[in-house]
Parts: sequence; structure tokens; C-alpha cells
Amino acid sequence: MAEKQFKVIADTGIHARPATLLVQTASKFDSEITLEYKGKKVNLKSIMGVMSLGIGQGADIKIAAEGSDAEHALSSLEETLKKESLAE
Amino acid sequence: MTFLSGIAASNGIAIAKAYRLVEPDLSFEQTKIDDAAQEVDRFRQAMNKSKAELEVIRDRAKIDLGEDKAAIFEAHLLVLSDPELNTPIEDKITSDHVNAESALKETADMFVMMFEQMDNEYMKERAADIRDVTKRVLSHLLGVQVVNPSMIAEEVIIVAEDLTPSDTAQLNRQFVKGFTTNIGGRTSHSAIMARSLEIPAVVGTKTATEAINNGDLVIVDGLKGEVHINPTPELVNQYRKIHDEYEVQKAEWAKLVNEPSVSSDNHHVELVANIGTPNDLKGVVANGGEGVGLYRTEFLYMGRDQLPTEDEQFEAYKAVLEGMAGKPVVVRTLDIGGDKELPYLELPKEMNPFLGFRAIRLCLEEQGIFRTQLRALLRASTYGNLKIMFPMIATLDEFRAAKAILEEEKQKLLSEGQKVADSIELGIMVEIPSTAVLADQFAKEVDFFSIGTNDLIQYTMAADRMNQRVSYLYQPYSPSILRLVKMVIDASHAEGKWTGMCGEMAGDETAIPILLGLGLDEFSMSATSILKARSLIRNLKKSDMEKLAQEVLNMQTTSQVIEAVNFATKK
Repeated sequence: MAEKQFKVIADTGIHARPATLLVQTASKFDSEITLEYKGKKVNLKSIMGVMSLGIGQGADIKIAAEGSDAEHALSSLEETLKKESLAE
Repeated sequence: MTFLSGIAASNGIAIAKAYRLVEPDLSFEQTKIDDAAQEVDRFRQAMNKSKAELEVIRDRAKIDLGEDKAAIFEAHLLVLSDPELNTPIEDKITSDHVNAESALKETADMFVMMFEQMDNEYMKERAADIRDVTKRVLSHLLGVQVVNPSMIAEEVIIVAEDLTPSDTAQLNRQFVKGFTTNIGGRTSHSAIMARSLEIPAVVGTKTATEAINNGDLVIVDGLKGEVHINPTPELVNQYRKIHDEYEVQKAEWAKLVNEPSVSSDNHHVELVANIGTPNDLKGVVANGGEGVGLYRTEFLYMGRDQLPTEDEQFEAYKAVLEGMAGKPVVVRTLDIGGDKELPYLELPKEMNPFLGFRAIRLCLEEQGIFRTQLRALLRASTYGNLKIMFPMIATLDEFRAAKAILEEEKQKLLSEGQKVADSIELGIMVEIPSTAVLADQFAKEVDFFSIGTNDLIQYTMAADRMNQRVSYLYQPYSPSILRLVKMVIDASHAEGKWTGMCGEMAGDETAIPILLGLGLDEFSMSATSILKARSLIRNLKKSDMEKLAQEVLNMQTTSQVIEAVNFATKK
């Protein structure tokens, strides 16, 4: 199991395009990947799950991956978050 | 054969088969099923068909509308592959033995409700995405045809209740020859769109969707505002002739592209165009526009999920200014609110949006948004002949406040070493009666007026222009409106300033003779109306029109005015 904390810096938070990118990235992996915010945990491969969290700017989020490619999944997601200046 | 009459919204004749852009019947009964595995399979097939369909739509949108606009279909595709949606549906089918339709509907409704309850406008809109996707899958389960305007591949006439911006964005311009709608008027979105696409259209027929079946042969007469359904061969021939004559007439007008807009007694006026994006410039040049009288900058802000940056705006303004090669370009600052919403701004719903927090009122409050736009405009000002105008000005204080902010940004840019044009004319839209009445005072401080007739008429008559039942009060030729127009023009001339008009009225054949007589300096209209207006003005004598204007100002009713204009222009 791999997990990591991030702080959202994008001024629109995580919806629309950012959410699409994260879900698309997560869906490439076999591992079970979750996104946690304010104690609520959702499947990061679910666009509706991700958007239902209503994550805004400044939010502290946690991404966790469990499975054979967990490490790889987490580093890919981190790369997406940073490349798009979504979180740090 | 049947006949419908409506409002002529866009000139020309179109003859083609009908394509109904009408929601299909998606009703179903909840039933018990025996073979759950087979039902799950049926559900998956419907999902796969929906995906394939959406991929085609997305790819077409990418080509026609760009990555940005295609993103919405990308999101729809993700909803379709969402395990949080699919798993509960399949579980429900398997455990409850219900048909796929009801399992889908129940699960999707739950998500729709969840999103609708969020206190964030953007999230609320996502509920619409889920509904949209659900409809598509349902249509495949039920075996009914969902309307896919982007998949049209033969010449058609679109028949619809109304056309929304997203409907029109999906239409393939190559195949859509015309359209007719149940509702709408000359200034509704569908009508404006039809004119900018140069597609004949008749709106407000009330019953087009009931009277017309898919595949019926339809004639859309955008000149008279008539729709003929399954016409006789004789009538078709007759209309082909009218169509050809109209093309000849258009070719005749086309000869005026490089001619000046002067009356027969040599009075010059400016015929300029209303545009929404830099893409519209082609049409302005092709139709001999002498400039841009209204650049509606809202479109830069619409159909996206965040505000456009200063640089994005700068590029758009620069493109328009360079495209017009030194001809005047009047840019209207952000006019949002009212019927034009920006979901990402999360503005509270209002009881009377047209009388509420919109346009300059919003810009003076949300100064960050306003300043970004003004900076982009000022930076672009060195690339052409820029004039700036503020929308919805009701008081001189508002104008002064907006002007002060512009000055501040100008000084900031200069101190940063940026270049800004020396003199940028600064004007206001006259849409609110208070401003028209006080025009003499405004004229001392503004460089020009531009009369926005669509709103000026709605506010003067106190009649919502979206409300069909009071649409009879949309009376551009009412002596009351004409008197306000005269006050504005006279006030500007007394101070050596000028007045333009950028509402629908400026391109209207009945209004033009009066406006010429009243001394209007600049007429701003759909690019496609310019040549026709030029042809008309070249045949009018200004001194005669001055007499006509004097006469109609003292009439009692709109119908008297129309009669007088017809009489005066028939010679």
C-alpha cells in the first residue's frame, strides 16, 4: 500500500478538467486507488466519486493505492498533479 | 401539404428534408426479469453503443469546436465508464431481478440528486451531464433513436422546439440548410445564430415540431417567415425560382462590398458589424463592414470552467484589431448576468436577473475580473483602432467609476513599461431609459454612445423579451422608443460626439430610413445584413428621411409609423 498527502493549489480546485485527468490516469492501473478528503474516501477511478467531494483550493487530500502497481500508480498521479499545477 | 407562419429570423430560402431535433420518448415500465445475466449483458451492450456514439461526437467536436469544447464529451465518456455507476446498476439487476432500464434510472437519479444538492453551481451543472448520459443509454436500451445532430450526414432542415447554444454548436454546417423552431423571436439566440451562419430560419411557428415529421419535405422561407410542409411540386418550383432570384439579389448586393455607405444626397454613415469572436471577422470583411460596432466579449468567458487569463484575452483582442486593419473596433466590456450566466462565478440566483447584478454593476463590484479585461484591452490597443464601451450604464457615477479604473490600469501598464495607445475613445451603451433621458449630461463626458435597442426596448416597455406572452410589446418603431433614440443622437451631436446603434433595430429595413433621418452616425448589425442596408441607404435621400423622422416622432402608434415609412420609401 502506497499513500501520499497533497495540498490543492489550483484555484478551481479539483473538478472538471483536473478531475478528468486524475480519473483517466488512475484508470490505467490495476491497483485500487482511493482519494480521501475531509474523512470521505472515494474510488479515484470514479469521476462522479471524485467530483462529489467538491474539493476546492487549499484542500488537504490523500491518495492511496493498493495492488501490484501501487507505487507506479501513485508516482504517475503525483506527476499529473504537479505537471498541471493542481497540487503540491 | 400544410403551411405554418412564424417570424422571419434569417433571410433566404431552404428546401430539404426535415430532421426533428426533438427528445424521444424514453418512458418505460419497471418489470421483473428472469435471466439476470442476460439483462446485465443487455445493459453492457447499451453502454458500449453509447460509448461508441460519444466517441464519434467527441472527435467531431474536437475538429469543429476545439479541444476545450470537446472536453464535455470526454467527461460524459468518463461517466459511462464510472465503476461507481456501473457496479450498483449491475448489482441491482442481479439481486433485485429488475430490468436494466429501472436499475439505470434509479441509480442515476441518486447521483443526480446528490449533485443537485451541492451548494456549488458548477457541481449542480454536473447533474445535467449525468442526466444526459443516462438518456443516451436509455435510448439504446429502449431501441429508440436519440437525436444526434452532430451525426447528420445529408442536407436537412432542423425542426425543434428551440435551439440552445449547445444544440447549434453540434450542428454540421455543411448539411444544415435551414431551421424552424416553435418558439423564439428575432433576437433569440437561435435567430442570431442563424444570421451569423447565413442559414435561412423561421422561428416562433408555435407548432413546427407537431406538424412536421422526420423526412417530410420542408420549405423554409426566411424572407416572409413561412414554412411549407410536403409542398406540391409546383410550389417547390416556385420556391426554387425565388431562391435563385434571391441569390441574384445577393450577388447584386455583393457588388457594393467596396462602395461607400452614402445616401443619394451624399450623406455618409458607417455600416459596421456585431461580432462575438475573432472567427467572425471573415464575415465582416466579406460583407464590406466598415469596422466592428460591437464586439461581445462574453464569449471569451463562456463555455469554460474558469475565467480567461489576461494573455488569452489580449490575444483575442489583438486578433480582432489586427484583422480589421485600422478600421474602428468597438469592444464592449464584459456583459454577464441576466440571461448570460457563468457557472464558475457562482452568482446567486436572482428574482429579476435582467434588473439585477449584471454587466457594469458586476464589473464594478468584482473589480479583479474587470481590471484583467481592461489590462488586456489596453495592451492590445496599439494593434489597431480600439474604442471601449461599458454596458448597462445607468448613472454618470458608474461611468466615472469605470473610467477611473481604466485610467488606473493604464497608468500601471505605462509604469511597467508597456505600450498603450494614446487616445482610446471611451463610450457607453445606452440601454437603460435613465441614461437616454440624461444623455445631454452624459455627452459631456463620454466620447460616444451606442444604443442597445434590444434592452432599451425591453426596459422602456417593461416587457421581458424572453416572455412570449408579452412579445407584442417588443416595438422598435414605437414613437416612445424613437423619441429616446432622438434624444441620445441630438445630445451627442450637441457636444460634437457621435452615436451608434448595435441592437437588431440598426439592421432593420423599416427602422433604417427613420434612423438615417434622425442622424444616426453608425449602424452596427449582423455582418450578413450590411450589404442589404448599404443598398437601401444608397437609395434614400437624407433630407427626405429627416422629414419622415419628424413626422413619425409625433405619431401615436407603431402601426402608423410603419405605414408612414412604407409610404415614404415606396416613392
